[in-house]
Amino acid sequence: MISELFKRLEFYLDARQNKEIFIYPGLNLGVEHSDAHTQAEATVFGFWVFLMSDAIIFGMAFATYATLLHGTADSPGPRELYHLGPIFIETLLLLTSSFTFGMASIAMKYKHPTSRLVGWLLITLVLGVVFLGMELNDFRAMFAAGGLPTQSGFLSGFFGLVPLHGLHVMAGCIWLVCMLGQIAVHGLDSETKLGLLRLALFWHFLDIVWIFIFSVVYLAGLA
Amino acid sequence: MSWSTIFNHPLGLLGADSFPFLAMLSSDDSDIFINGLLGSFAAALVIISVMVVVALLTRYRAWRTLWFDWLTSTDHKKIGIMYVVLALVMLTRAIAEAVLMRAQGAVGLGGGFLSSDHFAQLFSTHGTIMIFFMAMPFLTGLINYVVPLQIGARDVAFPILNSISLWLTAAGAALVMISLVVGAFSTGGWFGYPPYTETLYNPGIGVDYWIWSLTLASLGSTLTGINIAVTIYKKRAPGMKLYYMPLFTWTALCTAIMMIFAMPPLTVVTLQLALDRYLDFHFFTNGLGGNQMNFLNMFWLFGHPEVYILILPAFGVYSEIFSTFSGKVLFGYKSLVWATISIAFLSFLVWLHHFFTMGQSGHINAVFGIASMLIGIPTGVKIYDWMWTMLRGRIRFSVPMIYSLAFIFLFVIGGITGIMLANPILDYQVHNTVFLVAHFHNMVVPGVLFGMLAGYTFWFPKAFGFRLDERWGRISAYCWIFGWMGAFFPLYILGLMGLPRRSVAYEQASYVPLEIVAFVGALLVAAALMALVIQLWVSIKYREKNRVFVGDPWNGRSLEWATSAPPPEYNFPVVPSINDRDAFTAAKEFGVGYQEPDAYVNIEIPQNSAMGPVFGGTSFLLAFGLVWQIWWLVILTGLITIGTLVMRGFQRDTLKIIPAEAVCRTHQHWIQAARLALPIKRSQEHTAANKGRAAIETVEVPT
Repeated sequence: MISELFKRLEFYLDARQNKEIFIYPGLNLGVEHSDAHTQAEATVFGFWVFLMSDAIIFGMAFATYATLLHGTADSPGPRELYHLGPIFIETLLLLTSSFTFGMASIAMKYKHPTSRLVGWLLITLVLGVVFLGMELNDFRAMFAAGGLPTQSGFLSGFFGLVPLHGLHVMAGCIWLVCMLGQIAVHGLDSETKLGLLRLALFWHFLDIVWIFIFSVVYLAGLA
Repeated sequence: MSWSTIFNHPLGLLGADSFPFLAMLSSDDSDIFINGLLGSFAAALVIISVMVVVALLTRYRAWRTLWFDWLTSTDHKKIGIMYVVLALVMLTRAIAEAVLMRAQGAVGLGGGFLSSDHFAQLFSTHGTIMIFFMAMPFLTGLINYVVPLQIGARDVAFPILNSISLWLTAAGAALVMISLVVGAFSTGGWFGYPPYTETLYNPGIGVDYWIWSLTLASLGSTLTGINIAVTIYKKRAPGMKLYYMPLFTWTALCTAIMMIFAMPPLTVVTLQLALDRYLDFHFFTNGLGGNQMNFLNMFWLFGHPEVYILILPAFGVYSEIFSTFSGKVLFGYKSLVWATISIAFLSFLVWLHHFFTMGQSGHINAVFGIASMLIGIPTGVKIYDWMWTMLRGRIRFSVPMIYSLAFIFLFVIGGITGIMLANPILDYQVHNTVFLVAHFHNMVVPGVLFGMLAGYTFWFPKAFGFRLDERWGRISAYCWIFGWMGAFFPLYILGLMGLPRRSVAYEQASYVPLEIVAFVGALLVAAALMALVIQLWVSIKYREKNRVFVGDPWNGRSLEWATSAPPPEYNFPVVPSINDRDAFTAAKEFGVGYQEPDAYVNIEIPQNSAMGPVFGGTSFLLAFGLVWQIWWLVILTGLITIGTLVMRGFQRDTLKIIPAEAVCRTHQHWIQAARLALPIKRSQEHTAANKGRAAIETVEVPT
């Protein structure tokens, strides 16, 4: 029993030394995918690096928002413009979509029938689109209440940050449609898989950014 | 914007008065006439050069070659060369502007011949071009060419992305160039501070040209950074540990990481300014809660790392050159690596020293002042390492070494004035004077540009298979060195005398003599550029006698010298296995520098792709449409760009295979040449005997 445990431990330590597992968080193309080229390795790693760069862009937008928070210039501020109800629902939608994309990744990894993968992806897409629709509705309501980006520094900061995330989600949705198209045309070949792997990272990343928007913009704005 | 504005104004803001030539003719003001004449002359130069290039391409039926062998190429070596060509073209324009500005300075007592607007455009384009379209493409080009070879890789991690990065940069450069012909460039400096650059003070399209050319360049550089970092992390040949990497690769890695983190703030800040200008946002406006300090902070959060993005690869080049041309192992390799890493890290902590005078508290200034001085320590370590590398080496005073030695002397002077400026108390005195201009030109010319030119001379034979002419190279190098000294040492003194920077004219007669000296210096710099052109011409003319096909003309130490010159498309027929620093030197010393592998295999490399040129074209038109508010063009090119991306996702089979027989043939041809070539000693380096095969000469290193 104990010797078995040690053997397993040895195996994992060994594997770590060979850098075959846990190279970075997320699904790894490890031992059993070695034929999927080393290129796949570089592609996914490159996407992580891109996300890091994108995170800086969001960081700058957050910093801008934070410094402009008090520049309301006598126009409506957070209390008049933010409504937690719809925002909470949007948060749930986005979190659920991350979960469903996770299920899609699992379906891909364990070679479930493609229909199941496509099903999860479609649910994710619908959740993303509904999120975008609700967000647009929020913006419309803000405009109606006098919350236009041309009104004040605060509102510029807001509209420089939250729609930036929205645009990313939109890009993600378009990408998702393209991936569905690629599945239809090429099936689940290694290129499609790599695409889905990267899109999943992108989707979860946007989820994390939204958590920050939810806390820093909406919760803190109403606190 | 409504549909009617899209269709009622198909040319947006473009009109007859957008062309400086026509605007000049319709004016009776003699001042406008002179400036218009200069502007039109420049515009004509742009148009004529384009026409000459087109005519030559047609005359020599080179369009097909250009498209298939170059523009659509995904070979990192060709992309690297195209970057350097872009850099040299832009260098020519920016030097011409510099000479014009110094000429204005020489006669600027109480007036001069340039209008203040024209002068402001000159220093804005000069700065923008030199940073984004000269220095950045130059270093990116060198990195692109050299790094994959140095780490024993076949290409970069993302070859097509590489091509797209090149084309984004080229599109940005084209935008700056076309601003000479249509409309006018920004007058807001290369940094474009608001509120001056807001629509309230700058309603024209000049600032928009600046915004979009920078946005394109910064996107290109971000992607380049990702590409280089991933290449170095994932594509090293087996056995090459990080500590086995040549120092140039190390500096490239640090620069790439800095690009990844430092370019996004620039992208954000230019886009926010665009939102202010196009959609009436209030990020940086005077009223309604805008905050200009955000611009400054974010711009310099990019801008300070940027100067180290520029200098680190130059440090890498110097490291290679000192070691190669002293015939010695680089002294203090690990300390150089860690100094590089420290500089990269510290560079993110000092941005505020660019605006000590902007009103923050003395404590904050003190913190940033001390942080800025700290950078002197790792830089000092490097200087000492390079000097120890030379100590008791067998130094050859070739062109790259002349640049490198001038760099050591001049860069230390620049470093010392930098330490002076890092002290907020002193900075307050000279911040708005030409002292500052002298300081940063002290860092970027002898530091960056000399490094780039040294690297160009050093690696040219590798890229084209023949050496550059040594005599003209020396003439050029000395003109650069003494020209730079003549142009900028006076500015230190003028700055201390109180001459404000960025001003077109002055009222103090005591400035005149030194201004004239600076002008003469600038003329010498122009002569240096001419000498560089002549050198290229002469070298091409006599290329047959300077051929170095075997590929190792300088007795090089790292892997790039272990290939033929120029190297085959796939770089290495067999990926080398590394077990030491200075891998090629070790191989040569063990007599295994030119060996045949046991077997050749098929090699997969990426096919050519039109993605890059398409992206370049659409992003240029998109930016042009945004500048002139031609909305249909913006929408159309935007859709094409997205469509191209989507289509690319559906593409498969993007690789081509080079059969083992072809690889074998190429390699055998080279091996035969290497065996036939006479190994030459370093004393014959610049003679026709140098075919690129180096003799082993031992240097006695005292213990």
